[in-house]
Parts: sequence; C-alpha cells; structure tokens
Amino acid sequence: MIRTLVRNRVIQRIAQTLLTLFGVAIFIFVMLRAIPGDQITAGLGTEAAALTPAQRASLESYYGLDKPLVEQFFSWLGNVFTGNLGFSARAQESVLDLSLHALPVTAELAVLAIVLALLIGVPLGMLSASKPDSARDGFGQLVGLAGLSIPAFLLATLSLSILASTLGFNPNGEVFVTFVEDPLLNLQQMLLPSLVLGFGIAAPIMRTTRTAVLEVRSLDFVRTARAKGVPARRLQVKHVLGNALIPIVTMTGLQLGYLLGGAVVVEQIFSIPGIGRQVLLGIQQKEYALVQSTVLIIALAFVLVNLATDLLYRAIDPRVRA
Amino acid sequence: MSPASRFGRRLTAVIGALATLSLLLAGCSGSQAEPGKLVIGVTTDANALFPWKATQFQSIAVLQNLYGTLTEFDKDLKVVPGLAESWDTSKDGRTLTFHLRSGVTFADGSAFDSADVKDSLDKIRDPKTAAVAASTLASVKKVTAPDADTVTLKLSGPDAALPSNLASVNTAMLSSDDTEKQLAAKPNGTGPFAFDSRKPSQTLKLKKNDAYWGEAPKLDSVEFRVIPDDDSILAAMQAGNVQFAVFDNPVVGQTAEDLGLNVAKTSQLSYHALQLNAKRDVLSDVNTRLAVQCAIDRSAVLDTAGFGEGKVTGPITSPDYLSDPDDRPCPTRDLDKSAEYLRKAGKDSLTLKTIVSQGEYATSVDEAQNLKSQLADANIELDLEVLESGAFVDAWVGADFDAAVALNGGREDPDGMYGRYFTSTGNLNKVAGYSSPTLDKLFAEGRSTSDLAKREEIYTKVGRELEDNAAWIWLFSGFTYTATTANVHGFTPLESGSLQYLRTTSVD
Repeated sequence: MIRTLVRNRVIQRIAQTLLTLFGVAIFIFVMLRAIPGDQITAGLGTEAAALTPAQRASLESYYGLDKPLVEQFFSWLGNVFTGNLGFSARAQESVLDLSLHALPVTAELAVLAIVLALLIGVPLGMLSASKPDSARDGFGQLVGLAGLSIPAFLLATLSLSILASTLGFNPNGEVFVTFVEDPLLNLQQMLLPSLVLGFGIAAPIMRTTRTAVLEVRSLDFVRTARAKGVPARRLQVKHVLGNALIPIVTMTGLQLGYLLGGAVVVEQIFSIPGIGRQVLLGIQQKEYALVQSTVLIIALAFVLVNLATDLLYRAIDPRVRA
Repeated sequence: MSPASRFGRRLTAVIGALATLSLLLAGCSGSQAEPGKLVIGVTTDANALFPWKATQFQSIAVLQNLYGTLTEFDKDLKVVPGLAESWDTSKDGRTLTFHLRSGVTFADGSAFDSADVKDSLDKIRDPKTAAVAASTLASVKKVTAPDADTVTLKLSGPDAALPSNLASVNTAMLSSDDTEKQLAAKPNGTGPFAFDSRKPSQTLKLKKNDAYWGEAPKLDSVEFRVIPDDDSILAAMQAGNVQFAVFDNPVVGQTAEDLGLNVAKTSQLSYHALQLNAKRDVLSDVNTRLAVQCAIDRSAVLDTAGFGEGKVTGPITSPDYLSDPDDRPCPTRDLDKSAEYLRKAGKDSLTLKTIVSQGEYATSVDEAQNLKSQLADANIELDLEVLESGAFVDAWVGADFDAAVALNGGREDPDGMYGRYFTSTGNLNKVAGYSSPTLDKLFAEGRSTSDLAKREEIYTKVGRELEDNAAWIWLFSGFTYTATTANVHGFTPLESGSLQYLRTTSVD
C-alpha cells in the first residue's frame, strides 16, 4: 500500500519534471526567435546587408533556418531525445561536449559559493542573534545589508582590480584549468568568483539564521534545557542551531536557483567557462541550438536541485517525514 | 566566557583562516610573461575561422596572421606585394596578371601554386560559397592559370580597386585540397603564424610558421585569450598575465594610460556618421538634408560624446585620399543657413525617426542625444529609437529608418569603401539611401584608372558631391588604443585596426 503510494508519487514527480522541461523548451524556442536578428546577422553584422539573395539562401540552409518553425522545433526536440543537442558553428564542437565541460565548472562554482556563504552567513547570523541590537548585531546587519545591496558585477570588478594592482594576484587572467588538471591553480581561479557569488547569498542566509536562532532561543525547551544545566556551548550548537537549521536549509535551497543567475555575471567577468557564459555567448551569437539545449540542461539541473533540497528537508525535519 | 564572545572569536578565526588562505593562494600565483610568448587579451572569441565568411573584427585579427593574400597593405596602407610578387594590368584595363611568389607552402607543408589561386577566386565568386567578398570581385569574369606561377584575371571592365580588395583576408588564398569544414576547425594558410590549438570562448593559440616566405616572426607563439570584460583585461595586464590589448573605448584607453601601460593612439578608417535616408519622403529634398547638416556642430559631438578623442572628418578617411573635413556647405554650425534651407524645402520643422544601437560601440547613445539636442535648436526633432544591436542591424539592413546614428567600417580604397553604398547598383545602396548619375560616373572613372593623382582628383569630387548633397552627415573618426606592457616591442598599429604587424613584434 505504502509502496504503491511512494511509486505513484515518484511517477507523478517524473511526469511533472518532464512537463516542466517541455514547457521550458517551447518557451525558450519562442523567446529566442522573438529576439531580433538571426545567426547570419549576428555573425556578419551590418555586412549582412551586402548579401545577395543567393548568398543568404545558402547561409540559411547551412544554419537550418530555411525550414518552417514547427519543423525546426520538433527536429531539435527529437534530436535532444537521441542525445544530439546540436552543433555550435562558432566553437566547432557539439553542444553536448561543450556542456559536459561547462557543467562541472558551474557546479564547482556553485558548491564553493554555497559553502563560503554558509561559512560566512551562519556564524554571522548567530553572532548577531547572540546579543540583539548591540554593536555586534549592528556589524552583522551591516555586512548582511552590504551583501544584499552591492551588485555582483561591482564587487567582482573591484576585487579584481584591487587585488591585481596591489598583489599582482589575478589567476583569472590565465587560461582556466579544471580541478582535475591543476587543483591548486583551479582553487586560486575559483576563490574570488565563489567569494563574490557567495557573499551575495551569505546575506539572506545570515538574516535567516539570526531570525531563526532568536526564535528558537525563546522556545520553552531551550529554557528548560538551560535550567537543567546543559552547557552553553552544547545548548547553542545542538539545541538552538540544530533547530534553526530547517529555515536555513530552505533558504539555501532557494538561493541555489538565484545562484545560476548570478553565475552568468560572475562567470562573464572572471572569464570562467561555465554554463552561464555558454548561454550568454550563445545568445550573443544567436546560436539557437546552443542556447535551447543549454537552457534545457540548466532547467533539468534546477529541477534536480529542488528535488534534492526537498529530500534534505525531510531528513532534517522529522515532521515533514510523517 | 559568554557563548556570544566565543562565537565572536570563532568568527574571527574563520575570517582569519579565509584571509590566510587567499594570501597563500595569491602567493602561489605568479605566472609572468615568458620571452617570445605574447598573450593578447580580447573581449570576444573569434566567431568564425573560415576566412571567406569572417567579418567580425576579432576573427579577422586572428586570420590575418594565419592566411596570405595576393596583395597586402604596408604601414601607410599602400598596396604592396603579398603572395603575388608583382602584377600588371593590360592597356585596356581588362586583364590583370599576377606573378606568384615561388617556394611558398601552406602550414601543413603542401605547396602553394596558381591552381590554389584559381580555385580560391572561383570559389569566392560562386554564390553557393556565400563568401562576403564575392561582390568586391564582381568585375572578375574568368580566372586562368597558364602556368604554376601565373594567374590571369579577365575583367568585365577596368577595376583599379581590385588589387586593394585582394588584400583583404576575406579573399585569402586557400589550398584547393582543403574544405570549408576542415578549415573552420583547423585553419591552414600561408601566413607568418600557424594555427596551434583552441579552447572555444577561452583561448586560441598560434605558433610561429617556420616555413613563412617573408622574414621569420620574432615571436614563438601568440595567444588570443578571451577575457570578456575590459577592466578584467586591464587587471590581467597589471598582473602580467596579458601583454597586449586593443581598446576602442576612450575611457578604457585613458585608464590603461593611468595604470602605466604603453598606449598607442591610432586614428581609424572607421567613421561616425548620421546616416540620412534620402529615399524617405521627409528627406528626399536636398534642402531638408542640408538643413540637418548646417545645424550640427561636429566638434561638439566629438567633445561631449567622444571625450574629444578623435578628429572631425569628411567622407573619405583613408590617408591617400583623405577628405578635407571643411569641404562642405556648412563647415561650421550655422543655424540661420539651416533655417533658410528648411524654408526652401517649404517646411518649418522636421521629425526624423532615428535608429541608434545600444551596446555595439561605447559612444552611440551619447552621440544620438547630443545630435538630438543640437538639432532641436533648428526645429528638427530626432525621434530616437535605441535598439539592441541585433534589432539595430535588422532595421539598418532593411533601411527602415529616416536617420541612423552609425559607426561604419572604412576601407583603404575609396571605391571599396563607398562604391557599394553610393552607386545605383551598389549592394548597400538600399541602406545608403542615395545615388546619382554623377556619382555613378565618378565611381566608374575612379575604377578605370590606376593613376594615383587622377584617382585623388576623382575621389575629391566624390567627397564633395556627397557633402554638397548631404547624403549623410559625416561627424568624426575615433581612435583605437593599443595597450602593451613594457616588455613588448616592434608592433605597428594600423588605421585599419589590423594586427598584421604581430609578425615584427617581440616580447623580452
């Protein structure tokens, strides 16, 4: 009985995911074509005006733009199902290969950013909550406010130029290496981008932590525990933080979605060859297949991250498990 | 100790650890320049590596170092021998014979000969190839290769601009054994450098071509490294990771100078103009166009929108044929004359639908706003439509505007530069919006003689004809800023923006 229920939920979930992805596919396909210009004018610029009709026709058939829209859509979608995500004329490589290189880079950036955000946000939130309305709290709030209000592009450019001029530290001026190729250089290259990205997420995490800690601390069981003589440290970590974790995890999961948006900016400024930059370059060059397939991959990743947050949530909060 | 202060201490420890870590990592980085290796910072990746279809500046810059052309330009943009050691024109101007350099090889080791030239020119002219230079070879009727070192072009009429047009990398000589598909992934040319490797949107490496027919390049390798943001390139140059970059934004050029980099300012063939579309009713009367011309102070546009970085210009910007910028009905702003022209046209005001591109170049929107406020004094309203660059190109290509604020690329030869715009059969005439029998005749004359003095005279007339009729309003041409670190020597920037002198550049 329970097993069927679970299986139904899983099937439901998969169906939901597929439907979402199909919606994304149609949406991005239509949106892309609503943008003025096509791959030919993107490549040739104003030179495109000099094309003779025969030249234009030959380029259109080269890029597959001569077929009706509906046919273009379904032939692309059909190809996606067989694992053929299209070919990037600019990069002279298949979109699948490009994405397989770009995806791990963004994943690493995202994980580092989240870790840094938690390392900054949670202690800062607890510090603020430890003595509300004190100077200490003010400091925490100020850092939080800065994180929320300073845009990533400004922080990125500032940190880059200051570090480059004072320390000569700018590993992002070098060709990007993956963690597998050269872990030390890779971490150097990832440090600033993930700090910039993480700083923006640290702010909401800090605020959530502060609120949650204050709330939990006022609950009866904490007072009881304190009265029973539980050591302060144990009280703080096990009782307070443990219970405050639920909203923090929710907030962190939510931020993961925004993180992909921020990653586009950060990857662009620090020239990190991640999935965000791949989409941006694709849009600039009007490489339809590249953008469509990459956005689909991002949507899939987003859905999977949501699912994972859901599961983690269940693990932490026994009430949800029931 | 209270739990709070303990957390405070722990927080300090975490932040301290992070700071130490970053300093430690910073200490480890330190890849400085190596002699003989030049790294060029570029904001955009080359979008095409097939020379016949490349128009993007970044692609051209790369391909010029990989491919050879029959003719070339020297430092003063004069046509000099390239893969052709010499050429002669028949008396009637209808036959052009090229004598090829011998002993030239492609990067893959195969020999270059007249069969490759014939094959290349025939394919460029074939509409199926969709080569962008097809129209500049329109006068070529037949290509023959009587022997391995000679190629003969039969022309439909005299075409003095042809040797200059053949210097473009869009007419690069390819091996007849190579296909477009192969070359799009792995270029194979006769240039001073050979293709080494590429990581799309990250880096493109060239290596010295040891078999190059000319003087051997001093650099062992050239790397085009994609760093999408100007400020990041400057940061990379400060850190020593990048030694060379070309900027077109005056503010960035200034910053580069302030940072202690060597910055060479070069005036450009490209020009800023307010394009008028005489095919639209509102501008079909020459008096309305002259009213616009007289109401504009070009120095004011240059000073306010272009930070004074550039020079006021007439139509022709190439050094050999340079127009006198004051050779026009209103060399300085004259609102009375503007009003007079407007009266002659039987109007007291004008409204012009004006397209402006957003983001294609740094000063576009500022220029448009300055023009708008200047013209408002003459009762001429610019109805500005600021468009994303894709939308701008669409509107421009479709000639869907009364006026357009534009930055157009210039060419070394005035025929190549304006023949396609201002002759009635020119393939960009629809966009230019203006042509006349006088201009058709002048351009035909210019093509039919290769006597420089005569051509100068003809193109001075062309310039005056364009200005007298206010076909467009030519405003100014800007600078590019070539920034190099102290260890880079021997590069000559060209007004065409070409990076061909990387072959004489060294890094120590």
